Amino acid sequence: MGAYLLRRLIQSAFILLGITVITFGLLYVLPADPVRQIAGRSATPEVVENIRRQLGLDQPVWVQYWTYLSGLLQGDMGRSYLQKTDVATLIAARLPATLLLMVGAITCELIFGLTLGVIAALKRGRPLDTGLMVGSFVAVSAPQFVVALLLLYVFAVKLGWFPIGGYGTFAHLVLPSVTLGIMGAGWYSRMMRSSMLDVLRADYIRTARAKGLGRLRVILRHAMPNAILPIVAMIGMDIGIFMGGVVVVESVFGWPGIGQLAWQAIQRVDIPIIMGVTMVSAIAIVLGNLLADLIAPMIDPRIKLR
Amino acid sequence: MKTWLTSTAIALTLAFPVLAEELDPNAKPGGAIVITYKDDVATLDPAIGYDWQNWSMIKSLFDGLMDYAPGTTELRPGLAESYEMSADGLSYTFKLRAGVKFHNGREMTADDVKYSLDRVTDPATQSPGAGFFASIAGYDEAASGAAKGLSGVTVVDPLTVKIDLMRPDATFLHVMALNFAAVVPKEVVEEFGADFGKNPVGTGSFKLANWTIGQSLTFEKNADNWRPGVPYLDKITFEIGQEPVVALLRLQNGEVDVPGDGIPPAKFQEVMADPEQAARVVEGGQLHTGYITMNVNTPPFDKVEVRRAVNMALNKDRIVQMINNRAVPATQPLPPSMPGYTADYAGYAFDVEAAKKLMADAGYADGVTTQLFVMNTDPNPRIAQAIQQDLDAIGIKAEIKSLAQANVIEAGGNGSAPMIWSGGMAWIADFPDPSNFYGPILGCGGAGDGGWNWSKYCNADLDTLATAADSMAKPEEAEARLKAWSDIYMKVMEDAPWAPVFNEQRFTMKSPRMGGDDKLYVDPVSIPVNYDYVYVTD
Repeated sequence: MGAYLLRRLIQSAFILLGITVITFGLLYVLPADPVRQIAGRSATPEVVENIRRQLGLDQPVWVQYWTYLSGLLQGDMGRSYLQKTDVATLIAARLPATLLLMVGAITCELIFGLTLGVIAALKRGRPLDTGLMVGSFVAVSAPQFVVALLLLYVFAVKLGWFPIGGYGTFAHLVLPSVTLGIMGAGWYSRMMRSSMLDVLRADYIRTARAKGLGRLRVILRHAMPNAILPIVAMIGMDIGIFMGGVVVVESVFGWPGIGQLAWQAIQRVDIPIIMGVTMVSAIAIVLGNLLADLIAPMIDPRIKLR
Repeated sequence: MKTWLTSTAIALTLAFPVLAEELDPNAKPGGAIVITYKDDVATLDPAIGYDWQNWSMIKSLFDGLMDYAPGTTELRPGLAESYEMSADGLSYTFKLRAGVKFHNGREMTADDVKYSLDRVTDPATQSPGAGFFASIAGYDEAASGAAKGLSGVTVVDPLTVKIDLMRPDATFLHVMALNFAAVVPKEVVEEFGADFGKNPVGTGSFKLANWTIGQSLTFEKNADNWRPGVPYLDKITFEIGQEPVVALLRLQNGEVDVPGDGIPPAKFQEVMADPEQAARVVEGGQLHTGYITMNVNTPPFDKVEVRRAVNMALNKDRIVQMINNRAVPATQPLPPSMPGYTADYAGYAFDVEAAKKLMADAGYADGVTTQLFVMNTDPNPRIAQAIQQDLDAIGIKAEIKSLAQANVIEAGGNGSAPMIWSGGMAWIADFPDPSNFYGPILGCGGAGDGGWNWSKYCNADLDTLATAADSMAKPEEAEARLKAWSDIYMKVMEDAPWAPVFNEQRFTMKSPRMGGDDKLYVDPVSIPVNYDYVYVTD
């Protein structure tokens, strides 16, 4: 276990290093000049060059990269070109909101996805099953922007059950979590259904029923833990998918997370912020996958960590 | 234009007496309002802030020597009590108001004025507005880093500042009213360094009480304000990160007073069709022109016939309809509400046949292909498609390149874009003066690599005329100066490096409880509203 963890962490470090190289390279070849954004539209070429020099953007790309990387290794993500504020401060102010939203979304995915998947599997072939599967298909394909506005309009504006966007209380968390989680819930319900169907056909389920265990006990104790396995592996990957979704969901609900920060930085070529948010997201994804791999053997002892 | 002329006449009389503040007799002091914005507030440092959302916030936190009467483009003294211009127009002496205090309680003096101007022009500050101060003596040395501070700005006594110019500059008082010229306290700037923008301290009507990054900012009334009676409001909360559509829903629900980004295009007709809501929408002009640039160094636009043909090919009325009539068709670079606008010039008439003939004259009877660059946010790609159709009718096949804003700006700057539709990046004046539409976007200064003059049009004769016009700083020359500017823009239209398309109108929506003159809600300088003078009625 210890050796495995160490090896995985070293692997992760290399993955993150690779991500810094790729992101930095992509931002470097981008046909947009951050200095123009800083200098403003009336700046003379001298002013532009002066700022370029101050930011070190006149250096060769590998020198710029090395400067960035050595700063990063010392925990310094640099300062925003346009806000002038420390990038770590900006991300730290917004990261808790995004993490909270992700926890909310994962909870939604699991509650809706697993429950509906199990129900569909148990009612296989019945109208309820068909209805749920059509519903899950809709959930998977619905554009998040539309879902967000729809939920907001119905549950916040018309019914008044939840606040119209914002951040702070549990009530604020519900609609954005559902919006972000609904796509995953659609996937999970489909996966859970087919996984449940496989398990329910297995011999040990028949044995459990044969030795007189109740139906509910068989499902909860024997079928579900086995059926849930492929899903646990998925949650790690979900974090990557969420990172794309938070941009939309955060902006509709006015949720002060890092998605909004990244989006605005991309528009203005604020490279230190783009790099910072990419690194934080990459770390979240890498850790999420690692965590999923570590949890798997706890659920299924047949899986060995090597 | 007329109001501007009167105001200029007043503003330029030597030694200006303090005007008694005209307070709204209906205004009720107190209360709090909520304003929303989609984009984050990057900074509240007046030397740096240059965004839609922070421009008027900074105006309320800070003051400069000059200011504008609320809701108008009329200059009035700000922190200066009066000023004198020397007979040759080369030096201005500002007498400061006594007893003005920064939000930290310290009294503002002439040293702060000098420090602030030195700071904004110091290359280490990286101010996007540094170039506005180019006419002050010593600017070149300061901007290149050869000298610390502007030699042209001198402290005469604690309440007097003298500013020497290198040449007479008719726009100078407007420049002193820009946010970039706001007076900041040295000790606070030095305490916070680069984080001053998150911890602003000024002399303005409001002070920053709280800033939760990415969520909200709270401004509180500055009880010690040197302008008696204002602001009316006790508190303003800016909520950040709100989609315009959601902001509108919240306004309808009574949670928001002014959506800072305006009415979302998709909801515009719905709002205007409802008499109750439409009554709370204030419409006004703004100093904006949307235009197509044509790169005069790139075929086919190196031929003036082709550029004129493009001007004639555009069905501007149809384009204006496409954006729900939120604009008026443009005839020239200057918007109608700008002094110097040539009212009796009709522009190029929409005439496809005449345009085709010009194309044939230029040797393109069989048509030509080119590219039209456009920013990729709605409605700009749709507008580009309409332009594409119009061009197709005269044989110009334009491929649309729809890109992110920064990429379009880059392509425009380095001259690789034959045509650009300026929507989303278009010129909105920094101050209400005709010169502001020339230098960086039509003059030779902006035509170099990376400059904002995307048509790369460089007419040395016009540059000479422009410099001459801006040297007419005496009050009696004001009218001749506007005529000179009008002539310059007419010559630009003859050479046709641009095809002006429309001038956007502003539509500001407010909650039923908001009070104050309508002009405060379409203030040409404080966008979207003049926070210092609006009030609530409940």
